[in-house]
Amino acid sequence: MALGLEANLGDTVITTNLDVVVNWGRQYSLWPFVFGTACCAIEFMSAAASQHDVSRFGAEVVRFSPRQADLMLVCGTITYKQAPILKRIYEQMPDPKWVIAVGACASSGGIYNNYCTVQGIDTIIPVDVYVSGCPPRPETILDALIRLQDQIKGESILKDRHKDFKGILD
Amino acid sequence: MNTTALEKIQAAFPDAICKVALDSVVINVQPENLEPTLSRLKNDPDFNCTLLADVTAIDYLEYPKHQGPRFSVVYTMRNWEDNLLLQVKTPVADPEVGVSSAAHLWGAALWGEREAYDQYGINFQGHPDLRRILNHWQFKGHPLRKDYPIEKRQICYETDSLEPEIRARLAKKGVDDQTLKDINTEVMFLNLGPSHPATHGAIRILTALDGETILANVNEIGYLHRGFEKNSEKMTYNQIIPMTDRLNYCSSMINNIAYVKAIESWLGVTITERAQFMRVVLTEFYRVLDHLVCISAAFVDIGGLTGYWYLYNEKEAAYDFISRLTGARLTSSFTRVGGMYRDFYDGWKEDMEHHIKTIEQGIDDALTLIAANRILHDRTQGVCVISGETALSYGVTGPVLRASGVPYDLRKDAPYYNYESFDFEIPVGSTGDIYDRFMIRFFEMKESISIIRQAMKSIPEGPINVTDSQVVLPKKEDVYSNIEGLANHFKLIFEGVKTPPGEWYDAFEAANGELGFHFVSDGSGKPYKLKVRPPCFYTMGAFHKMVEGNMIADAVINLSCINIIGGELDR
Repeated sequence: MALGLEANLGDTVITTNLDVVVNWGRQYSLWPFVFGTACCAIEFMSAAASQHDVSRFGAEVVRFSPRQADLMLVCGTITYKQAPILKRIYEQMPDPKWVIAVGACASSGGIYNNYCTVQGIDTIIPVDVYVSGCPPRPETILDALIRLQDQIKGESILKDRHKDFKGILD
Repeated sequence: MNTTALEKIQAAFPDAICKVALDSVVINVQPENLEPTLSRLKNDPDFNCTLLADVTAIDYLEYPKHQGPRFSVVYTMRNWEDNLLLQVKTPVADPEVGVSSAAHLWGAALWGEREAYDQYGINFQGHPDLRRILNHWQFKGHPLRKDYPIEKRQICYETDSLEPEIRARLAKKGVDDQTLKDINTEVMFLNLGPSHPATHGAIRILTALDGETILANVNEIGYLHRGFEKNSEKMTYNQIIPMTDRLNYCSSMINNIAYVKAIESWLGVTITERAQFMRVVLTEFYRVLDHLVCISAAFVDIGGLTGYWYLYNEKEAAYDFISRLTGARLTSSFTRVGGMYRDFYDGWKEDMEHHIKTIEQGIDDALTLIAANRILHDRTQGVCVISGETALSYGVTGPVLRASGVPYDLRKDAPYYNYESFDFEIPVGSTGDIYDRFMIRFFEMKESISIIRQAMKSIPEGPINVTDSQVVLPKKEDVYSNIEGLANHFKLIFEGVKTPPGEWYDAFEAANGELGFHFVSDGSGKPYKLKVRPPCFYTMGAFHKMVEGNMIADAVINLSCINIIGGELDR
């Protein structure tokens, strides 16, 4: 029920806030790039397959090119050997972009506290949502997606995100 | 191992000290005798060790009361036809000087020795391409040496270019600099991975192309090297079980079972009948699931998404059974040294029968799609062929080796858990092409389902754990009500299951091939050294032999049909 100015305009024009309409579009059409390295990638496959069906949340257009994606899902352990590649792929993604660290390894190194495993990808690239679990169940990945959508809703299109981020490879 | 094998080998190598360790005969030789010994074992028809299973080194720096040089190198090899398992061990006085390489005898030594060099810093004289394999090229030191601190991390800033390696490979294939410069035969370098949809994980494939044909191929692995072996040295035997889940995460249960079987064999523990049958049922079920993932992913790569849905949905449904049984979907951690974590739940047989029935339906649906499918046949038949001889030399095992016509399967050749009493066939391919590797998995699934049905019929009732208090935790009511139970529990949890000092190798037929564990024990509850012999590692080592001369698009589907799993490839 329109109560203000809209009441006089009939059904042709809607006034809104630019942030709201842009974020509405962004949050329901996230295009994921799956940086799958280990076990968590198998669980992402399950999240994408029929039973859990990630397309119910508008994120089924999985792209294998970072240039066509705006959501990076880091599924699996990142080693120091892999780290420069992760950073380069992140940089190839156009703004605005978001990152979900899926699982214990991507979030903190997980059970691999040793010479070759990066202790959390947030030492290399900025992360928006962390998912716990080793590996997380598909429902948890969907939960992270919903949380990210909530976060996007509150963002401003005028502000640069993570401008001052500095990781170990910068 | 029977004593005749020991006598035969001792008679053939009178200078060497030969010992029996589980199923294998260990031949201790001096470094100068290493090359002649290996070469005789490979070429002498009496021994005919065509399969080099693994190469590793041992650092005795902290080993109690050790005498002699700090390092040793161990070669593990098989004559699969006669079920002869041999280990040749030699001390290394100076790792910088090292020992002579076996790369001219077996292709598997190429990667096996590179790993020993990377992890232990042992030089192999005469190795054509001795450089790091698991750790990155900017890494300093050798992480599996006992004096390398586990938390000493080293940052990699740049990826290795691999240009000298691919040029060397081109030169070996007869493409010289002149041809490279000629505009008409211009060679293009194409890099796939390590983050590429076709690489199923983190593998880097660098190819030199003439048009679309692969002239030369070099592969880089280690992107998922997460220090399983170093971490294991700090954990008790039972604590390592959850880590084994993450080796091959498509068939975690098989890793659990293979790992505890290796320890039980050394302890001399025979698990209960029911536990043996449980392990057979679960191994075969996971073999089916592993093959389902492999084939469905291969369908995606080939462009047949329908096949993916038919097969992957069945796997997804099977997770319900697994979560109900183990509490987890992917990482089961279901075994313990001496038995199993839990028994089957009531009504598991009906659930299992339901799942294998739907899986059979999925297999039949998928097979109908491809049986007379011209596109699939044209793309897979006669493509990326590898001969049985080459495959053996490179240490390829499992379905990929059987597709090349070699019927080597540990379930038949060195049976355990009553496999000899089950009625099943080993499917064998005729040409060793992609089509064979594809179809072998379909037939193996059918055989596995038949084994599951037989085992379900004859599984006995009874306990699932042995009653040895040195191995298995006491009952909870004992822990809470009497001091012996409490002390027993405390000691097993804190100190771990103690294994007698020694070294042994034990193998298991996993979904991808021979999964071996090489242990060194100092008598404590934690392994002094634990080396995994992953089937994927050596299959990937033969990848260039399969794809060179074929099209780039074939390399992609070849990778999916050899089922490389990053977790066990790089550990």
